[in-house]
Amino acid sequence: MDHFTENYDIVVVGAGHAGCEAALACARLGLETIVFTVSINSIALMPCNPNIGGSSKGHLVRELDALGGEMGKVIDRTFIQSKMLNASKGPAVHSLRAQADKIDYSMAMRQVLENQEHLTVKQAEVTELLTEENKVTGVKIATGGTYYAKAVVLCTGTYLKARCLCGETITYTGPNGLQAANTLSDSLIKAGIRLQRFKTGTPARMDGRTLDYSKMDEQFGDERIVPFSFSTDPDSIQKEQVSCYLTYTNEKTHEIIRQNLDRSPIYAGVIEGTGPRYCPSIEDKVVRFADKDRHQVFIEPEGTHTNEMYVGGMSSSLPEDVQLAMYRTVPGLENCKIVRHAYAIEYDCIDPRQLNATLEFKQIKGLFSGGQFNGSSGYEEAAAQGLIAGINAAMSVLNREYLTIDRSEGYIGVLIDDLVTKENIEPYRMMTSRSEYRLLLRQDNADLRLRKKGYEVGLISEEQYQALLRKEEQIEKEIDRLKHTYVGNHENVQALLKRYDSTPLKSGASLYELIGRPELSYEAVAEIDVARETLPADVIEQVDINIKYEGYIKRQEKQVLAFQKLEKKKIPSDIDYLEIKGLRKEAMQKLKDYAPASIGQASRISGVSPADISVLLVYMEQRERNR
Amino acid sequence: MIHTDTIAAIATGMNTAGIGIIRISGDDSFSVIRKIFRTPSGAVLNEIESHRVIYGYIYDEEQMIDEVLLIPMRAPRSFTREDTVEIDCHGGLLLMQKILATVLKNGARAAEPGEFTKRAFLNGRIDLSKAEAVIDLINAQNDYAMQNSLKHLTGKLYEILKDCKDKILYETAYIESALDDPEHYDLTGYPQELRKKIGDITDTLLKLTETFHDGQIISEGIKTVILGKPNVGKSSFLNTLLGQDIAIVTEIAGTTRDSLKEHVMIDGISLDVIDTAGIHETDDPVESIGVDRARKLAESADLILMIIDASAPLTEADLSVFQIISEKKALILLNKSDLPAAVTTEEIRKHSHHPILQISAKEETGFDDFKSFIREEFIKGFLTYNNEIFISDQRQYQLLTDSVKSLQEVCNSIDQGLPEDFYTIDLTNAYEDLCLITGEHVNDDLISEIFAKFCTGK
Repeated sequence: MDHFTENYDIVVVGAGHAGCEAALACARLGLETIVFTVSINSIALMPCNPNIGGSSKGHLVRELDALGGEMGKVIDRTFIQSKMLNASKGPAVHSLRAQADKIDYSMAMRQVLENQEHLTVKQAEVTELLTEENKVTGVKIATGGTYYAKAVVLCTGTYLKARCLCGETITYTGPNGLQAANTLSDSLIKAGIRLQRFKTGTPARMDGRTLDYSKMDEQFGDERIVPFSFSTDPDSIQKEQVSCYLTYTNEKTHEIIRQNLDRSPIYAGVIEGTGPRYCPSIEDKVVRFADKDRHQVFIEPEGTHTNEMYVGGMSSSLPEDVQLAMYRTVPGLENCKIVRHAYAIEYDCIDPRQLNATLEFKQIKGLFSGGQFNGSSGYEEAAAQGLIAGINAAMSVLNREYLTIDRSEGYIGVLIDDLVTKENIEPYRMMTSRSEYRLLLRQDNADLRLRKKGYEVGLISEEQYQALLRKEEQIEKEIDRLKHTYVGNHENVQALLKRYDSTPLKSGASLYELIGRPELSYEAVAEIDVARETLPADVIEQVDINIKYEGYIKRQEKQVLAFQKLEKKKIPSDIDYLEIKGLRKEAMQKLKDYAPASIGQASRISGVSPADISVLLVYMEQRERNR
Repeated sequence: MIHTDTIAAIATGMNTAGIGIIRISGDDSFSVIRKIFRTPSGAVLNEIESHRVIYGYIYDEEQMIDEVLLIPMRAPRSFTREDTVEIDCHGGLLLMQKILATVLKNGARAAEPGEFTKRAFLNGRIDLSKAEAVIDLINAQNDYAMQNSLKHLTGKLYEILKDCKDKILYETAYIESALDDPEHYDLTGYPQELRKKIGDITDTLLKLTETFHDGQIISEGIKTVILGKPNVGKSSFLNTLLGQDIAIVTEIAGTTRDSLKEHVMIDGISLDVIDTAGIHETDDPVESIGVDRARKLAESADLILMIIDASAPLTEADLSVFQIISEKKALILLNKSDLPAAVTTEEIRKHSHHPILQISAKEETGFDDFKSFIREEFIKGFLTYNNEIFISDQRQYQLLTDSVKSLQEVCNSIDQGLPEDFYTIDLTNAYEDLCLITGEHVNDDLISEIFAKFCTGK
């Protein structure tokens, strides 16, 4: 019997953090889009920690917002505590992190999706990918319906052939007991896609009434809250915040874990998937860092609609009885009751080296993917990829130029380039140390770096774009003014310098030079800057940073120029590496497998040496001249 | 055109030819040369006319290094079609290295294997039929460079570099862990601790850089001991090397009773050569002192030259010399190769693994091979002064210097009170330079170190 069929421009599979961004981007660009989710209640679900942002992840959210993504706006509406991490460090590593009210977050995002023009939300399990001659044509769902589309974005998260482990108990479900997607994997393999198996885990949730907070350190939010989104008015989000709590494991905890290691599926060899080295389970921490006599445990609220508390730092796949015993050794958790126990989850994901930096599959036209499906980890990493995959799916349908972000333009670029170029043996998490130009890629200038791209794509409005141009102009003008405003050896100047323990002036100096001194700042020299006009805080911030760290910024800008030269040298897609004499065998094979887009990308593949790159350049030149 | 940065290298082979050429190519070639070249009147060059030979001197800051001829070539009328300057200097390995060092210090970087030819090709200077030859050249030179990097670093030098590298990586990973997980790792008071650690690493590396100088500065040469049974031609060999009669040479076995010390320069590499009494078991007390002394000298030698009379069969005495040198750095010289051979290299191979050269002190043959042996071993870092570690390679020296500079920047940042994330920028640079010396890839070292050493993440 024939099932019904429908036609869309774009199908998005999955409505987690990646799927939501992808679906919204496509619909907002005017394309008829349908997004599938196995459960309508799992839209933008946060099945692990209750935070958005954090070190380097905060950068991703900011960049996403600059490009026209949704995550930043939703968390600004639904956070219950907010903190700027590393505030005492350099501006490159300042990173915003918010505690989310999980239910509010999920609900707010769901409403955005439901009210988005051109977007259809549907609860169904996608079971088959339809392709024709290496081009995607649509998907089939479990009940038999066929949805034809010009592009498909896969954002299946941790649902593919998912398996949850808690001690000896194994359940074949997705996160949080949700239904797994067990059929799609086979269809993907049939389409020629290489899959691998990854693992991750989550700690227990506890009944907040059973915890004794007096034995823990209370952790407060910031006094002045900074929003994630460049569109959110900071004054509109100042509010009462909830607290988190810090406590520690101890020798007793570790003893219990050590005694029961044989009952852990990882140590008993039951788990096949590769887990992350960061975010290790508490078993891993105790085994690998045996010399540490305690580990931190963060107790964080899951939201305001529930008493549940998240036990950060103690994820585990030990059996439930061992979990309870070990949690109860921690000060403040002596009488704890577990609402949801900790578990590890295994799932299918792809080897992301099958993707271009546009997040389109190299071998299947019109097929894009984002999020944990691509071998990453984290809500923010997922959302960032979802947005890029969604935008490019739309670009492919609209026959417009694809959007790529390179390593010098944003953390999103670093994230995607690492995924598609490097060998990943574990779920990939963003870290500031992964970015070589981090002084340029700050969370405070994400709008200056990326808003223009968002505008060109069509996700940033004319009004927002004009505001950006005004900001750029104000920054430039003010820096220029400071360069040309001189102060001399005057009494008020010297007095100010003395107050800040700064070397007195012998002759004249520009305000620019003074602000550059480590002990001074834009704010500090206000009283000797008579012509100063009042400027917005975000403009002042940029002026200050650009002057203070000029030397380092210039250095990195120079490195970026060299980097971009290699990125711009594109490798023709029909090149046959096996034909290039003089390439080492290993390099030949690697280059063939990765099919890098540029000389820059080729040079980052492990196993490809500088000599191989030289040979490749000579070959390309030879080919060019033979034309 | 991809490369516009400026590269430099010694263009002539590492040999004793009378003239050496250092080639500089790239946008900054002319500005680099302006910084280091003075005319006979001491003037700096303002206008440089293309394709006109200029006579003058190369200076490293205030120190004059060599009298040279410059040949400046404006793009595109040069081999690479880039701005190019060739410095014709007096040959001699160390002198050329010194000039190259000065060039690199002033804005050029050491050329990669085959890079001049690659640029010439990519800029359309070499015709298409030569593409394969260009690729071969790149690979050949790369192989050579590889052999001269990690593998051939002397054990001790590698140990020191690795130790410095590991320490730098550990501190970088610590800072990064703290930045990644600020609620876990606290950096209060850490900068001062780091400053001390970095100071120690800088001192170690600085000591290494100080070992790189031209031959004249090192007062003592490579301690070289000539061993062999009596009358195999030890003194004749030394005399030929010196080009003058110093030691007493007779036909009577055991004439050289005491040890003689001579200073020999080979391509700017200095050898302190000690001729010893012949080794053979004897009851003569005077002779026996000489033999004992020879054994002792051999023990403290950097290099032993064992001389064998190729025209006479091996004896017990030869075998005892093989024993003495078995654990040492040594070269076997088969002397009297002008006479009919009574000893074959195969026979010697049974007793010793050391390299063998055929010479004739009388006919003065085989000395060029001997000199190139010394030169190669020296470049590869096999030959050392007093067993001391030292840097013999120009590129290694440059990278070490850069690494030290980066570490000093870290200390500056600490002193200026800059936040910790700035330290890792320069720490990473220092680390990468050291990796280039040892020929190891950086890859994801930092990320791996963070995960291995620090327990991060909730």
